[in-house]
Amino acid sequence: MASHYEASIRKPLVTGDKTYHDVTMDVAAPVEGNANRQWWIVFGIALTAFLWGLGCIAYTIGTGIGTWGLNKTVGWAWDITNFVWWVGIGHAGTLISAVLLLFRQKWRMAINRSAEAMTIFSVIQAGLFPIIHMGRPWLAYWTLPIPNTFGSLWVNFNSPLLWDVFAISTYLSVSLVFWWTGLLPDFAMIRDRAIKPFQKKIYSLLSFGWSGRAKDWQRFEEVSLVLAGLATPLVLSVHTIVSFDFATSVIPGWHTTIFPPYFVAGAIFSGFAMVQTLLIIMRKVSNLEDYITVQHIELMNIVIMITGSIVGVAYITELFIAWYSGVEYEQYAFLNRATGPYWWAYWSMMTCNVFSPQFMWFKKLRTSIVFSFIISIVVNIGMWFERFVIIVTSLHRDYLPSSWTMFSPTFVDIGIFIGTIGFFFVLFLLYSRTFPVIAQAEVKTILKSSGEKYKKLRDG
Amino acid sequence: MSTNKVYWKNVAQLEKDNELVQKLEQNEFVDKIPVDQFLGDEKTMGESNTNRRDFLKYVGFSTAAASLAACEGPIIKSVPYVVQPEQIIPGISNYYATAIADGFDFRSILIKTREGRPIKVENNHETPVLGDANARVHASVLSMYDIKRLQGPKAFGKDIKWSDFFSQVIVKLKAMAVSNKPVVLMTQTFASPTTQKIINKFIEQFPNISHVVYDTISCSHALDAYEKIYGVRAFADYDFSKAETIVSIGADILGDWQGGGYDCGYAKSRVPKKINGKSKMSYHIQFESNMTLSGANADNRIPTNPTNQKKIIAHIYSKLKGKPLSTDLSSDYKKAVDKVVALLKKSKSKAVLVSGIEDVAAQELVLAINDHLRSEVIDTAQPKLIRQGSNEAVDQLIEKMLKGKVKGLITAGVNPCFTLPNAESFTAALSKLELSVAFSLKEDETASASKFVAASPHYLESWGDYQFKKGHYALAQPTIRPLFDTQQFQDVLLKLSGSNSSFYDHIKSNWSENILKENSWNKTLHDGFLSSGEVIKSDGFSFDLTPQVKILSESSAPVMSLVLYPKTGMGDGQQANNPWLQEFPDPISRVSWDNYLTVSAKDAKKIGLKNVNVANGALNGSYAKVIVGDKSMIIPVLIQPGQANGTVGLAFGYGERRGLQDEMQVGVNAYPFYTHFNRVQEVSITPAEGFHEFACVQLHNTLMGRGDIIKETTLEIFNTKDKEYWNPIPKVSKNHIEYEVTSPEVDMWQAFDRTVGHHFNLSIDLNSCTGCGACVIACHAENNVPVVGKQEIRKSRDMHWLRIDRYYSSGESFGEDDKTKENISGLGDSLTTFGEMEKASENPQVAFQPVMCQHCNHAPCETVCPVAATSHGRQGQNHMAYNRCIGTRYCANNCPYKVRRFNWFLYNKNDEFDYHMNNDLGRMVLNPDVVVRSRGVMEKCSMCIQMTQKTILDAKLEGRQIKDGDFKCACSDACSSGAMVFGDVNDKTSKVSSLKEDDRMYHLLESVGTKPNVMYQTKVRNTDESLK
Repeated sequence: MASHYEASIRKPLVTGDKTYHDVTMDVAAPVEGNANRQWWIVFGIALTAFLWGLGCIAYTIGTGIGTWGLNKTVGWAWDITNFVWWVGIGHAGTLISAVLLLFRQKWRMAINRSAEAMTIFSVIQAGLFPIIHMGRPWLAYWTLPIPNTFGSLWVNFNSPLLWDVFAISTYLSVSLVFWWTGLLPDFAMIRDRAIKPFQKKIYSLLSFGWSGRAKDWQRFEEVSLVLAGLATPLVLSVHTIVSFDFATSVIPGWHTTIFPPYFVAGAIFSGFAMVQTLLIIMRKVSNLEDYITVQHIELMNIVIMITGSIVGVAYITELFIAWYSGVEYEQYAFLNRATGPYWWAYWSMMTCNVFSPQFMWFKKLRTSIVFSFIISIVVNIGMWFERFVIIVTSLHRDYLPSSWTMFSPTFVDIGIFIGTIGFFFVLFLLYSRTFPVIAQAEVKTILKSSGEKYKKLRDG
Repeated sequence: MSTNKVYWKNVAQLEKDNELVQKLEQNEFVDKIPVDQFLGDEKTMGESNTNRRDFLKYVGFSTAAASLAACEGPIIKSVPYVVQPEQIIPGISNYYATAIADGFDFRSILIKTREGRPIKVENNHETPVLGDANARVHASVLSMYDIKRLQGPKAFGKDIKWSDFFSQVIVKLKAMAVSNKPVVLMTQTFASPTTQKIINKFIEQFPNISHVVYDTISCSHALDAYEKIYGVRAFADYDFSKAETIVSIGADILGDWQGGGYDCGYAKSRVPKKINGKSKMSYHIQFESNMTLSGANADNRIPTNPTNQKKIIAHIYSKLKGKPLSTDLSSDYKKAVDKVVALLKKSKSKAVLVSGIEDVAAQELVLAINDHLRSEVIDTAQPKLIRQGSNEAVDQLIEKMLKGKVKGLITAGVNPCFTLPNAESFTAALSKLELSVAFSLKEDETASASKFVAASPHYLESWGDYQFKKGHYALAQPTIRPLFDTQQFQDVLLKLSGSNSSFYDHIKSNWSENILKENSWNKTLHDGFLSSGEVIKSDGFSFDLTPQVKILSESSAPVMSLVLYPKTGMGDGQQANNPWLQEFPDPISRVSWDNYLTVSAKDAKKIGLKNVNVANGALNGSYAKVIVGDKSMIIPVLIQPGQANGTVGLAFGYGERRGLQDEMQVGVNAYPFYTHFNRVQEVSITPAEGFHEFACVQLHNTLMGRGDIIKETTLEIFNTKDKEYWNPIPKVSKNHIEYEVTSPEVDMWQAFDRTVGHHFNLSIDLNSCTGCGACVIACHAENNVPVVGKQEIRKSRDMHWLRIDRYYSSGESFGEDDKTKENISGLGDSLTTFGEMEKASENPQVAFQPVMCQHCNHAPCETVCPVAATSHGRQGQNHMAYNRCIGTRYCANNCPYKVRRFNWFLYNKNDEFDYHMNNDLGRMVLNPDVVVRSRGVMEKCSMCIQMTQKTILDAKLEGRQIKDGDFKCACSDACSSGAMVFGDVNDKTSKVSSLKEDDRMYHLLESVGTKPNVMYQTKVRNTDESLK
């Protein structure tokens, strides 16, 4: 690899005079050390939220979907909004690890592990919603084409919901394999350092018997590349298929050909924002400031800015096409979005997604950690509103005015959403205490070329 | 095919007299199993490996297994017939002709029974008089299965036996007769010749008893007027199908005006018919204060307060007679009066003027005007007899009661302790009486206050004979044995008069002596009606009405008048415990589970009353304090477009508390305001604290200029322009060439092969649909649609498979709305204009549109279901397999018509939804042909596949071809106006095929490309532009 030399004007990706051993120590520290009080507090809150959400889910399944705020006109609201939101968040992981790998972006190495973890945990949240939003979730397995004794009944391959089932499950499995492959040398590192036999046993199981031989490394590189190749189309396909749920329908506001690229851009946008949120906290808590540097944050901010602008263009294109189409239902749907009873949702979306990332044009702002954190939260809120706007404002006033109504969430709707956030953080917090949160093996490959210590040595 | 072939099993069988074969034929085993041998042999038993412990283990296991196997699911007791009753075949419906006459609704109907249970009311298409059931009559079958019904007679609040009841009442009656204490028999209008005879006989027996007929909602003025002129207490009948010009002054001819039942004839005159190459339809102008169904269907509707209505009728009369009045009338009204007079003169005998003004003088003018026109529409020779009550008599009775001059009261079919304006003092007087007997279905206010309560059977458990109209008789027969220990009023009266024969015997003998003549009893009972030619002879009209004209033209208006009205779903309120009717949305306001004060937008603003929509869209209305005379009430307010300024409306039939489930105790009681049985009262209104939560199923009232949803045109354009002008098919451009959206050139879909078998279509004529809502209830009954209750309706979760959308125009007309929308230019304009268009006009045009599943040939719902639970049928239906549905609701989201209904909760056997499906009695009304849906599945209109399938199977069994008209849906069958026509379009001679080719035909949202199997016929309006 031509990575042994890096121009001196490039800023180092690993700062703080790190040696190889320092990297090992820094990454192993959270796993080997004890959890501090903050961790327990945050974990306690997340667990409470998760349990509360579980209670709401149990209530829904026990009593009926009527416990939500849905009605005859608005058949989906927070359920599918949350689903799309979580799937979207799940996008950044694969993009960072697969696409940036293919493009040889070395800065991904510090963040890909956590980004992928986030992907998997958020896809798990996303996967919950299609199941619990069903009227009879105990029959969810009917969406799988499994041979059965129901006669000639089979799934309907025309239905985008069925495509979703395939898309999400494929995405989850490929992401999981890719993530785990990358984890093998790092697990092996922890295994080798472990003193307690139990810990050693667990990590040797998790590392699949990684020995560190040259052959291992060769295979590791090959598999990573192949999986990256497989995962890259998934980055595009998953959210494309999710967007088909809406694009293939006949409802004004849903029936739009722009949806696939628009959804993919939005997904990357929200995914990066979530990565940003998580890592800004993590670098502080786990003392990883030298690995996840301001430069990393700045680069992610640039991605957020670009995808945010793409999303903005998509919003405006939608409005233009609605006008240009000359279809009165289409025109009204978009007029209603922006100025109807849900105008506040539309303008929250516009402000959060289109206007707020434009601050990133200023270097001072995009290198400010506090500002980046705030914007990342704002973007996450905005992207939730985007899905809410698409789903609810299109449904609540469609063709026949006689059916027009409004939607208002119940405590169950809110509880389940908060529950998934809790569940996500429970998983992420457990991950941050038990997994090597930085792909240290990979970071070590660039230490010579991009490590501050070696750069200084080389450049004098 | 059932020949008994015998197969040989072995060679030995071929031999004759083989011992083994013969033996095997008798026995299962060739040799007897030597049980005693091995059990008796001590030696082998001793050597057996099975020791005591093992034996006990086996016994233990078998006992446990046997007892486990005995555990079963819940046992539902069903008792099979020992002897199958004649004519009752499980799975086959029986129909009986009968009649309802509850004092408010009088109809000849058919009852469908299954396995001996009445489950549905259907129209009696053969009877010429009152054979079309309205929503309340359709729902009345459920009232029989009402858990709040009285299950046996009572005395002093305790259950007693009928024998005790009779002995106690008879002793009392005899004692009172001896001392000649006045007793009053207060009944509903029975319109029953035999009942009248029985009552007469009863009074003969007890001369101290006098009979007073009390109509809860009085028609006394019209009766008085007719009686004055024609000498019989009745009112004229009308056949609006003959009308060319209909002038209605405050008469809700499509509602319950004079007993109702006029929509069928009305609808016939409203469909444009080609005569000499030019299409003609009737012209209808309505002067009214509340927005009624009639006003909503009229070509011109002029909001008019009750006082002006009186003036207008006086002016019309005088002008027709050539002596115009000089008194004041505002210019708008003057113009309308001139127009009306011109039209009446032009149409002459094809014209009719009707009025609902509560004034004898006005009703006399109506008769005079129609007599003057020689109107063919009015029928005075065979008048209707379905109301008999006299305000004067009831007022006298009340006065006597309050003064203590009456010592005993027997009530039958009425609930005066609830419905009288001064019910409280009446109840107090009633409880002081020596004798009080209430004949009642439920323990209502009167029954609770009476000493004796005679539990009455429901009409479906009763015999009856009726004369709805002079020269027209109807018979009622029981369709089920009485569910409870009840006795009919007539039977009880007979027993009290000492007769041993039953009411049935009396009907039969009365009919054979006086009515049947040469007709057969059996045939008449089978048909349910009998027409004889009897007429009332009169010597024409020779009355001087000048004083009446003077009174009417000089009447003065109060600042604000209250106009009480019966609501379409509730009528006089006797079926208030019927959940179908409570959940039935009012055709005009579309509010269910409530009554309310209807106020015009202008007055509401003046008084400070508001309607607001909360976060989930639900409607809230301010409370108002309403004061009439010395009575006041807090009533929720609904702002009603079209309400005449200076008037407010309030519906009867709500607010009852006794004999009603908690869930049904909704609304306010309007009867206390019904002083002197006058529906028009002077009123003052002030705002009150707080907001009322309404359960309104339609939260958006205007059409937003979307003229392709309800296509309409004027008669003039319809007659002069091409179809392409007034009913164009939307176009789409492909390669810069415009194609009609129905063209195969722009269709990406492969069409289903429809050449073989039936292909069902439903046509809905927007001209003849009056919005009455009978179809909504018929569909509810046929398809076991659940009732979800007020709170769920409020959350927009109504379950009706068929709804009737009602739209108001935002400008003066829908045509104007379309133009307003088209003329929008620029963003700013569209923002303000669309906002404006959400508001209904002060006096809007109204349009009704029944919407059910459109059974699209290219259904958006079918493609999106992941498990293929909804898929297309061979006969055009869009099927829904409930068992397969997993409840993703994607189909409902993707339905452009929003007709799919989701089971948000379990609606049966669930205490949270304590309606008829939560008790054994109520569940008896369920149609066994239609599955009751569970929670979490989607449901919707099936085009009554159980009915079409039965038609096909019956025809197959009988080896005949299916005729046009054999195929029916619950809705099309209930539609007495003929607006809904159902049938097979593959049968080219069918009515629905020709309707499909009709110029007026269009599909709802054609541009979406769903290719529905439901079609609509463009509404043609005959509006007079000069009167706008």
